[in-house]
Amino acid sequence: MSFSNYWRAFFQKNGATLALFLIIAVGTWLFMMIILPQLFMLDFSIRANVPPPKFGTEEHYYTLEHYKYMIFGSALSTDSFNIIDVTVFFRTIGAAIFVTLIDVALCYPIAYYLAHSATGGWSRLMVLSLIVPFWINEILRAFAFKIIFGSTGVINNFLVSIGILDQPYDFIRNDIALWAGLSYAFILLMIFPIYNAIESLDKNQIEAARDLGAPWWKIHWRVVVPHAKPGISSGCTMVFMLTAGALAAPQILGGPSSLWFTQIIYQGFNQAGNWARGSAYAIILLVSCIVLVLVMMKIAKVKFGEMMK
Amino acid sequence: MSADVKLESVWIRFGDFIAARDVNLHIKGGEFFTILGPSGCGKTTLLRAVSGFLTPSEGSVLIGGENMAGIGPNRRPTALIFQNLALFPLMTIWENITFSLEVKGVRKAQRKKRADELLELIALPGQGEKMVSELSGGQKQRVAIARALCAQPEVLLLDEPLSALDLKLRQHMRTELRSIQQRVGITFIYITHDQGEALTMSDHVAVMREGIIEQVSDGTTIYDEPDTAFVASFVGENNRFAGKVTNVTDSFAQVSTPEGLIRARCSKSPESKVKTGDDVYVFVRPESLRFVSGRLVDNQMKASVYHEEFEGNMWQVFLDISSTRKRVKMSYVNDGSIRSHSGEKDLPVGFSSEAAIVLPQGPLAAE
Ligand SMILES: Nc1ncnc2c1ncn2[C@@H]1O[C@H](COP(=O)(O)OP(=O)(O)O)[C@@H](O)[C@H]1O
Ligand SMILES: [Mg+2]
Repeated sequence: MSFSNYWRAFFQKNGATLALFLIIAVGTWLFMMIILPQLFMLDFSIRANVPPPKFGTEEHYYTLEHYKYMIFGSALSTDSFNIIDVTVFFRTIGAAIFVTLIDVALCYPIAYYLAHSATGGWSRLMVLSLIVPFWINEILRAFAFKIIFGSTGVINNFLVSIGILDQPYDFIRNDIALWAGLSYAFILLMIFPIYNAIESLDKNQIEAARDLGAPWWKIHWRVVVPHAKPGISSGCTMVFMLTAGALAAPQILGGPSSLWFTQIIYQGFNQAGNWARGSAYAIILLVSCIVLVLVMMKIAKVKFGEMMK
Repeated sequence: MSADVKLESVWIRFGDFIAARDVNLHIKGGEFFTILGPSGCGKTTLLRAVSGFLTPSEGSVLIGGENMAGIGPNRRPTALIFQNLALFPLMTIWENITFSLEVKGVRKAQRKKRADELLELIALPGQGEKMVSELSGGQKQRVAIARALCAQPEVLLLDEPLSALDLKLRQHMRTELRSIQQRVGITFIYITHDQGEALTMSDHVAVMREGIIEQVSDGTTIYDEPDTAFVASFVGENNRFAGKVTNVTDSFAQVSTPEGLIRARCSKSPESKVKTGDDVYVFVRPESLRFVSGRLVDNQMKASVYHEEFEGNMWQVFLDISSTRKRVKMSYVNDGSIRSHSGEKDLPVGFSSEAAIVLPQGPLAAE
């Protein structure tokens, strides 16, 4: 279908008023909320860092110094690389991948159970108990985790009282609380796409595989997972992106020695007053995440169109 | 290899609902056995009990003499062909067919070889690399059969496998299925609501109604000697007269109906014996009803033609019985000697007492 035909069909289907509204609403949203801010961010990131009164003057020249800084550090430093920032960057990406994997492992069985085994009231109760905790805001949830994982929190008290531990374990310093908090933070965004995908699988296919002698893991590997792949990919993409870009959970639950890349970006904007460097770092994180996701999709042979279903 | 299948006093309940009541069947090894019944009567449920997806509430399933209690579907010598086929859409045809071998860990080269042999059997040579979505309905059907046969089952279970096909293909596949069954020599248990399929393909047919097996026999017996009013009304077309028995001799009964006295033969089944005073139905096939010209037959009445269909080889004549306005159907072969009777009134029609059967009143098939 040619482009103009497509528009004509769109107008005919929805009527002129609704069609116009949709175009304006979606267009405004796309432009004002996504494209424009990101363009400003990009512009900031490739200019010298000057205070707002000097914007647009000679001193606000174009430069790649902030990107260079991320990799090579300050010209004054003796190190040949910006070890701290680069390390934090890779650790953040690695941790986000790890959290994503934990979430897949956790959510796939739950989603499968919800879609194919749970019946009526029981499945509604499960869905409700998954959703309700998310009515509590993110900050509060992070602090709650901090409390239960604390040295005198319920978990330590319990483990000590039944004798598994001699003394409280420092879940915070060892980043366990952070892993748990981040894994839990976006769990719904993993469960629901997988649930949707699995739910659309014809139950007879599972039975057919079983009838042909397949053990349960083979049924999952050859029938359920391939069918749910678009849902798994879309869940992974969202969880990975959001985890890599999370700020509240690392801020509150992160141990004293661990820094999340978003915290460095935050410092750039707020403490160092260096919006240009903050922007450059944010762009680096965004682009890296997108590239990584695209590469993974290519490897897993998933197409964008399938993920939208 | 083929195995026999025995269902012994099988009951299947879903809560208060009873999907199978005291089902007893013996299906011999190597035969083509059909379970025929209207949709919702519990055919699929019964088949699932044989394949192991469902455990009977009571009674037992024996395959090859072995009790199947506690044995899952993946460990039974059965293969099921689903009503919607349930082919794996994300695998190629050859992977679909040899899935049961993949499960057993057979190497790829060997699997491909086996797939080629089976593709040959189902007349789809060289199509192994295609995806399921690239095949037509009839081809998918055959792939499903090949996939089931590849598992080398002793019993093949087929759940209305032809219902999705168009008429022509369905008739072709009937012959095809029958010939595959004879070639591989294993037991087929086939379920359908289509009596044509049941009668043309099967060695034995079980007619089922609301979880009850009404009659088990070969196709001609089911058609000619129905045991119950349900079987008589469900299999083939039948004219039905309701009445009361006035007199019974050893194999014939005299029935008083609003259309007059009818003499008809009694059923041979002991459960369907009738005695004087019983409320009964008399069933007469359309092809047993005749225009009477001079010849005397036992049962005669006057009727008018209100509609007539000419089908080339057959005439279908729709009649009003003059005395009661009851409508009946008559069919006869067009041998070239008969003209149209359209619109004619008060013609003598009749049928012989051997061609009519008396059965106790009971549930009937939905019209
Ligand atoms: N899992 C189940 N739970 C409750 N009722 C069921 C279940 N499976 C089948 N039934 C009921 O059993 C009856 C027989 O179903 P089925 O065996 O599928 O009939 P058929 O295959 O002859 O059309 C139907 O009334 C159906 O609603
Ligand atoms: Mg069915």
